[in-house]
Amino acid sequence: MRFLLPALCATAALALAAPAPAAPAPVSVKIGNFTFNAPVVTVAPGTTVTWTNEDDIPHTVVADDKKTFRSKVLDSGETFSFTFTTAGTYGYFCSIHPHMTGKVIVKAS
Amino acid sequence: MTDHPDRRRVLECMGWAGGGLVWGLTGGVAASALLGGTASAKVAGATPFTFVQVSDSHIGFTKDPNPDARATFREAVAHIKAMPQKPAFILHTGDVSHLSKDQEFDDADQILKEAGLPVFHVPGEHDMLDEGQGKAFLDRYAKDSPAKMMGDGWMSFDHSGVHFVGLVNVKELKAGGMGHLGEAQLAWLKDDLAHRAASQPIVVFTHIPLWTVYQDWGWGTDDSAEALKLLARFGSVTVLNGHIHQVLQKTEGHVAFHTARSTAFPQPAPGAAPAPGPMKVPAGQLHDVLGVRTVSLVKSAQPLVVVDQTLA
Repeated sequence: MRFLLPALCATAALALAAPAPAAPAPVSVKIGNFTFNAPVVTVAPGTTVTWTNEDDIPHTVVADDKKTFRSKVLDSGETFSFTFTTAGTYGYFCSIHPHMTGKVIVKAS
Repeated sequence: MTDHPDRRRVLECMGWAGGGLVWGLTGGVAASALLGGTASAKVAGATPFTFVQVSDSHIGFTKDPNPDARATFREAVAHIKAMPQKPAFILHTGDVSHLSKDQEFDDADQILKEAGLPVFHVPGEHDMLDEGQGKAFLDRYAKDSPAKMMGDGWMSFDHSGVHFVGLVNVKELKAGGMGHLGEAQLAWLKDDLAHRAASQPIVVFTHIPLWTVYQDWGWGTDDSAEALKLLARFGSVTVLNGHIHQVLQKTEGHVAFHTARSTAFPQPAPGAAPAPGPMKVPAGQLHDVLGVRTVSLVKSAQPLVVVDQTLA
């Protein structure tokens, strides 16, 4: 107990000092070699995921249902962002090269 | 009836000469055609007609190994204009543009117009990148197409006894899949072929291969088996496509598959690289891996000679 007390006090102090909950840190997914890197990311609700095309050929980022999100064509160096507000599993693919697939899993930590 | 499919034997003759590949198919007669500008004249003595296939012009592509895909497309058209026998028409098997931009299509059309020949277009996946996901391509090419475009742009027409079928396999692609024809197009194809004699030669042109070249890279068409079933009763079927930017051939029964070179950049052999992106080649070797294709058909013996020529 003697050792735990300072830690508990520190935690309480931090909690008092903490501001209102901020948006989760953004997450980046790189597109390279005709692959989404990383192909599966797990994020908290409210997270913005940004894809960057680092290939020398254009790609797209399109939800499997083709509705939830759909980027315009991304030429080399271009990006697309989407904020995931609702828990769930979101499969997506490149509509130009449909063998390229990825997944965003949204769940509260 | 010398060309009855049951008696028909499809022979393939392949040879290299002058940087071009010759692939001859005949009904019952071996047509060993060699390059040198007289390939078609060696066959049966009949007057052939010739058409040209160009593919994957990717107008707008500016990266390694080709900083100017417009220039190489111009060279391809100049190559066509210089052919000793004037082709009857041109088939463009897709990826006219790189990003489906109006300017890219405009430039491609302006360059191709120089050939002074009718052009039949089927789209590639790079031609489906506008807001309307292919509407720009269809609006542009449907109005002046020498053959009526149906549905998403598929078509058929006849020339000198040969039946040509243009198929669209780049629309509404699905996650994890490959090229796709779809039920509506397959139903149309069934009707289109239904009343034709099995002896009529068929030429199918499309963008993505109708045989699975390499599934890991999506180089195939999910539902092509349905189309090939409809084509199986014909004695001579030639399938021409682009998409993979290299010359490959395969024969299954009476069906010969030919993939074409691009006029913009090469891609690696199936599985030969980590990804199917543009293959880097030294500037001095670029023209060795770009090209156009001529196809000649001779009516009397029904041979078909496919000649792939580089831009070198």
